Amino acid sequence: MSTDINIVQAPPGIEGPGFFATSIDKMVGLARANSLWPLPFATSCCGIEFMATMGSNYDLARFGSERISFSPRQADVLLVAGTIAKKMGPVLKQVYLQMAEPRWVIAIGACASSGGIFDTYSVLQGIDKIIPVDVYVPGCPPRPEQIIDGVMKVQELAKNESTGRRNSPEYKALLASYGIE
Amino acid sequence: MSEITNDHLLSRLRAQFGEFIYNESTPYELATIVLHKDKITEVVQWLYNDPEFKFQFLTTLCGIHFPDATGAELGVVYHLHSLTNNQRLRIKCFMPVANPTIATLSSIFPSANWQERETYDFFGILFEGHPNLKRILNVDEMDYFPMRKEFPLEDGTRTDKEDQYFGR
Repeated sequence: MSTDINIVQAPPGIEGPGFFATSIDKMVGLARANSLWPLPFATSCCGIEFMATMGSNYDLARFGSERISFSPRQADVLLVAGTIAKKMGPVLKQVYLQMAEPRWVIAIGACASSGGIFDTYSVLQGIDKIIPVDVYVPGCPPRPEQIIDGVMKVQELAKNESTGRRNSPEYKALLASYGIE
Repeated sequence: MSEITNDHLLSRLRAQFGEFIYNESTPYELATIVLHKDKITEVVQWLYNDPEFKFQFLTTLCGIHFPDATGAELGVVYHLHSLTNNQRLRIKCFMPVANPTIATLSSIFPSANWQERETYDFFGILFEGHPNLKRILNVDEMDYFPMRKEFPLEDGTRTDKEDQYFGR
């Protein structure tokens, strides 16, 4: 049997015969971080890299993201991979709105992050103009390793998120700045 | 292979519509005429129906903008193809930017429908008689015609291109 298999460790807590005590934040964070369901919003070449990321060579499933969700209602992470034209902006925003809290967003590649080489009237200059973004993955397109790194960054965010964050005034103000209720 | 030469094509066009043809040339052996814009449907229909030429395929249609050509700033360029004779013809029509109207070809070539919509979308050329002349590629809310030269190509909302990084 191979010995280099990593299994997620239990969070710090008090352990005794027959019981284990830790805070609810850490338990929920552990569960969320290791079962993130991605929703790929792939419009161009970064989407091809994401397909490689999901394939058996790189295998994003190792990180608990086995199940790609093509319905936003069951997805946890929105992966925007590719150029978003201004005409597609409302569609992307609607997909984001249909996702249930807690939700995270990764902007994969230069186009999703900043518009990339497409500094032109028809292209959205970064998806953070219309929806809040948690992690930016640079690259044109990024390698699958970089996308996995981005997903692991979201795992860290999910692990360390406090229970009340999504109800906090700061978070509500952030959403309000994007015109989201 | 083409039995009908450009000279023959142009001379027959000249005989039929001479007073409306402002210029003719054959750059790279592509017959080209500059035509009065009010005659476009008549000429294209004539070329379509002519038993000798049979220009029954519209290769493409596009807009063009020359801001310095006063009174003829906007233009439409048509590329016709006769599949029977393997011969091409290019027709240019120019119009003032203040009144950019030209008749539609969508009744002769159904494929002109979306190409004229696209030309309207990017250049604001109004095709009279078009059944559904509205934007096709750009967002519906766009309030200008982006391929006209007075509008900048770059997006005004770009934030990561500071001039100092580009030596400007």
